[in-house]
Amino acid sequence: MGIIKKLPIYSEKFPGGGIVTTSLEAALNQGRAKSLWYLLFGTACCAIELMCTGASRYDFDRLGMIFRATPRQADLILCAGTITKKMAPRLRRLYDQMAEPRYVIAMGGCTINGGPFYYDSYSVEKGIDHIIPVDIYIPGCPPRPESLMEGCIHLQEKIKKQKLLDWQEK
Amino acid sequence: MRELRTEEFIVNMGPQHPSTHGVCRLVLTMDGEKIVKIEPVIGYLHRAIEKVMENRTYSQCIPMMDRVEYVTSMSCEYVFSLATERIAEMEVPERAKYLRVIMLELNRIASHLLFYGVTAMDIGALTPFLYGMRERELIIDLFEMTCGQRLTYNYIRIGGVSKDIPKGFEQKCRSALKVIAEKMSDYEGLLNENPIWLKRTKGVGILPKELAIAYGVSGPNLRASGVQYDLRRNDPYCIYDKFDFDIPVRYNGDCFDRYILRLDEIKQSMRIIYQALDGLPEGDVKNKKVKLTFKPPAGETYTRIENSRGELGVYLISDGGKKPLRVKTRGASFNHVQILPHFSTNMLIADLVANFATLDIIMPEVDR
Repeated sequence: MGIIKKLPIYSEKFPGGGIVTTSLEAALNQGRAKSLWYLLFGTACCAIELMCTGASRYDFDRLGMIFRATPRQADLILCAGTITKKMAPRLRRLYDQMAEPRYVIAMGGCTINGGPFYYDSYSVEKGIDHIIPVDIYIPGCPPRPESLMEGCIHLQEKIKKQKLLDWQEK
Repeated sequence: MRELRTEEFIVNMGPQHPSTHGVCRLVLTMDGEKIVKIEPVIGYLHRAIEKVMENRTYSQCIPMMDRVEYVTSMSCEYVFSLATERIAEMEVPERAKYLRVIMLELNRIASHLLFYGVTAMDIGALTPFLYGMRERELIIDLFEMTCGQRLTYNYIRIGGVSKDIPKGFEQKCRSALKVIAEKMSDYEGLLNENPIWLKRTKGVGILPKELAIAYGVSGPNLRASGVQYDLRRNDPYCIYDKFDFDIPVRYNGDCFDRYILRLDEIKQSMRIIYQALDGLPEGDVKNKKVKLTFKPPAGETYTRIENSRGELGVYLISDGGKKPLRVKTRGASFNHVQILPHFSTNMLIADLVANFATLDIIMPEVDR
C-alpha cells in the first residue's frame, strides 16, 4: 500500500472490497514513470557503463527499466555515447519511430555538447539537442552508474508532474 | 508445375542493432534465409581522434587514446606512452613497469569477461551476462581505487604511471583474482557443455588459418585458428619476457574455439598478475624528468602491443615540437570487420550474429 499512499487518491472500504478514486492524470503518470523501457542505443564508451548499470551490481530493473531493441516498443532513448554527423539522421529517425509519449536522456559529455571532441573534431555533432529534444542531461565522461540512475529518477519525477496534454504541445 | 520466381533482397543490419556492438552496419544480400553477400559499412563512430591528437600536447593525447578503445583503455594509454618513450629513449622506473603489467592484464581480464557476457547475450543466453559483469565489477573497483575512474583511466602516463597504488590494493587484487578463479568453473559449466550453445557455435563460422594470416587477423581470433602468435612472446615489450605464462592455441577456428580461447587467456593473465604482484619492487613510479611541456626529439616509430583484441599499434611521428605531427592507430578490429564477408557467406543471419560476436569487434577501434 506504500505506493497508493503517495498518490492523490481517495479510497473507501466496504465489506468485501473497496473503491479507489483518483485522477486519470495521476494514474497514467504513475504507470509511465514506473515502467520506462529504454531503447538500447549505445554508440560509444557510455554504452559500457549503461551495460554495467543494467547488470548485476546496479540492477536497472528495480527502477522499472528494461532495455528494448526496437524503438517501437521503447518509451525512452537513453542516448549513450558520441553521435557523429553520419549517425545524426539515424538518431532522428529512431526518435520519429517511437510512439508518444517519448523521452530522451542525454548521457555523457559527448551527447551534451561534444565533450572531449568539442573544440576540434570535424565529425562529431556538438550535442544531440540539435537533433532531438532532450529531457535530462547527465554529465560525465562516462557518467557513473549512480549518476545515471539519479538522472532516471529525476526523469520519473518529471513525468509524474506532467499534465495530461503536455506532451502533445512539445 | 509452374516454377516459383525468386529474387534476392537486401536487409540492413544496423547501425542501431543490439548485437553489432556499437554502430556497425552490415548490408546483407539475402537469398531466402541464406546470406549471399555481406558489405560492412563503417564510419558511424568516426570521431577524428587521430586528427584531434595533432592539436594536443603529448600528455593531453593520453585521454584521447583512452577513447580509441574504451574496453581496454589501459592498453591504448600504454601503447602511446611506449611509442613516445621509444622516440625520447626514456628510462621508466622498474616499479612503474610492474604496475603497468598488472593494470594491462587486469584490463585484459575485464575485457574478456565483458566478451563472455555480451557474446552469450547475443547468442541468446542472458544469465552469463549477469555473471560476467558481476566479476568485472571487482576489477573495475581496483581501477577505481587506483585512479578514480571506472572506464577511461588516464593512469599510464609518459615515463611511468600517474600515481602509486593505494594501500590495500595488493590484498584486494589477490582476493578479486581468487573470486574470479573460483567463478571460472561456473562460467565453463554454464556454456561449455550446454547443447544449445554447442549447436550454435561448434563448426559455425570456421576461419581458415591461411585466410586469417592473409588478412592480418591477430590476437585471440588468430590463435583460435591454430597460429601460435602473441606479441607478448614474439615481440616482447615492457617486462613480459620475465614472466612465465602459456599462450593458449586452438585449432578449429570456429565460434566455439574463439570463445573458449578467451576463457583460457583469463587464466594465463591471472598467472601473470600473481607473478607481478609477487615481484613488485619498491621505488619511484614516474620518471621525474618528464614535465608537462615535454618535447621528444624528432623521429618516428611504429609500436605495437597485444591487447585483448589483437595487435594494437601506433605510428607516431614527432617533429621535435610540443605536439605530435601525426598519430596513426592500428586497431585489430578493423581487420576483423573486413574479413567478415569472406567467411560468413552462405550462412543464416543467426549464425552471422554468433560470428560477429565471437570475433569481438569493437567499433571505435575501427572508425577511430
